[in-house]
Amino acid sequence: MTADLTKLTIAEARDALAAKDFTALELTDAHLAAIERASALNAFITGTADQARVMAKASDARRAAGQVGALEGIPLAIKDLFCTDGVLTTAASHILDGFKPPYDSTVTAQLWQAGAVMLGKTNLDEFAMGSSNETSFYGNVVNPWRQYGSNSALTPGGSSGGSATAVAARLAMGATGTDTGGSIRQPASFTGIVGLKPTYGRVSRWGIVAFASSLDQAGPMTRTVRDAAIMLGAMSGFDPKDSTSADLPVPDFEAVLDQDLKGVRIGVPDEYRVDDMPEEIEQLWQQGIIWLKEAGAEIKSISLPRTKYALPVYYIVAPAEASSNLSRYVGVRYGLRVEEDGDDYNKMYERTRGQGFGAEVRRRVLIGTYVLSAGYYDAYYLKAQKIRRLISDDFKRVYQDVDAILTPATPSAAFALGDRIDDPLSMYLNDVFTVPGNLSGIPGISVPVAKTEAGLPLGLQVLGPAFDEEIVFKVGHALERAAGFNEAPDDWWSDAS
Amino acid sequence: MSVDKATVARIAHLARIGVNEAEMEALVDELNNILSWVEQLEAVDTDNVAPMDSVHDGVLRWRPDEVTDGNLQAEVTANAPEEFEGFYVVPKVVE
Repeated sequence: MTADLTKLTIAEARDALAAKDFTALELTDAHLAAIERASALNAFITGTADQARVMAKASDARRAAGQVGALEGIPLAIKDLFCTDGVLTTAASHILDGFKPPYDSTVTAQLWQAGAVMLGKTNLDEFAMGSSNETSFYGNVVNPWRQYGSNSALTPGGSSGGSATAVAARLAMGATGTDTGGSIRQPASFTGIVGLKPTYGRVSRWGIVAFASSLDQAGPMTRTVRDAAIMLGAMSGFDPKDSTSADLPVPDFEAVLDQDLKGVRIGVPDEYRVDDMPEEIEQLWQQGIIWLKEAGAEIKSISLPRTKYALPVYYIVAPAEASSNLSRYVGVRYGLRVEEDGDDYNKMYERTRGQGFGAEVRRRVLIGTYVLSAGYYDAYYLKAQKIRRLISDDFKRVYQDVDAILTPATPSAAFALGDRIDDPLSMYLNDVFTVPGNLSGIPGISVPVAKTEAGLPLGLQVLGPAFDEEIVFKVGHALERAAGFNEAPDDWWSDAS
Repeated sequence: MSVDKATVARIAHLARIGVNEAEMEALVDELNNILSWVEQLEAVDTDNVAPMDSVHDGVLRWRPDEVTDGNLQAEVTANAPEEFEGFYVVPKVVE
């Protein structure tokens, strides 16, 4: 029976645990065994099997005593960007070698409070900077999906690629991700799972290694929209320790899922038809429009005229904030230190940061430093911040006429590892549909709806107005129902490990 | 605007990132590619547009100035490369 436990959704496991069909420990053990067989996927940086069993036993004891949290006994994977008490936290960077935070992030603390079990810390792009998982100091993650008839290794996307792979390959029932420019939604689309970026401020950023603080937002990665709603409920809420945390009540996200779409107005932005977008993605988008229409929604053509400027704005704002955030890693009080005899402290900083950061992180810190430096600040950074306002205003304007927006999640399906890593600009284009949501702070979900002719999953994105995750879940659930996408990748990795 | 080797060296020093000679050539090209790509932003009219540094437009909250935790000396220094009687031991980082 334990072999099948990894196929359950969080909602199904919740009911089965309540019915005492199996214990939290059995559920956790099934996932730990799957992780053990999946080393070929490289989804985890650190496994926490012993701790997982202790947490699962404690969950079983709580259940026996009548205490049942929203995620009681559910085994989850945690992106290795969230601080976890006493457990190595690396951000997939060499520079955080050996760092074990003496505290939990607010998100992970809330998940444990809700009864969840930690399976381990998942791999990611270094400091969440990347769209293919290839910038990780710990090696790239491999997508569990392959093209029909091919053994070539594909990227799971990034930066939350380890979390996406863990959920898609049935190694974890759900996982945390973070999304600064698309790092939840793009890997979710590439691996055929659901990924939600909440409204900026919905989920606390406290204890999450910072990349670009005005854009970073944590969210759930799961196999169904319902599971994402359950998980987000446990992750979100006001946190006085995060100065931009929203002091708003957390709605019952699960309660809205089955509401119909009568009267819901869905916007379809003309500007999201980008050059070189594969025909398959355009067709899928049209199919999504038909599905929502059939579900009762009204479709409206809308214009978001500054869409094409979102990526260049992002690649000024995000590196600028990153260069400031990452200035704390100097090798003095924790993590890696590289020094030679006779070094003064500046030399030590330069050696530590030169060798501790990988190529993409160095590139972004340098870009960020440049656009913030005297003489260039106005031309680059201030200009980008002004256009960010225009992009954000575009969304505010269209949300007077529509309730949600439907777009493709990504401009392509998963690509081969190695394909784009030497061309930063082509890598950055992955986030063309997701970045505007981060700049504007609005919520967005990627829902798997189909496979390409070559057999790779694709997602559609639903964007909603700020603090209306409910409409995003409602429309996302309607898409999920209509598409009926319920496929798992063939397990080739258990033999390969 | 484009950057040359001297400019990249200056930025690298500002960012305290050691870059060796071999990496420098490639970096100049990579940074110039990115900078010429973002130059399309110059075409956007931003007169009378206020810069947006956060989507959070509320006022930062006040809180009472009181101790909410403490007595965590061992935890705080747990990641120190070297520790002595509850203090960090670090290389000299001030003049």
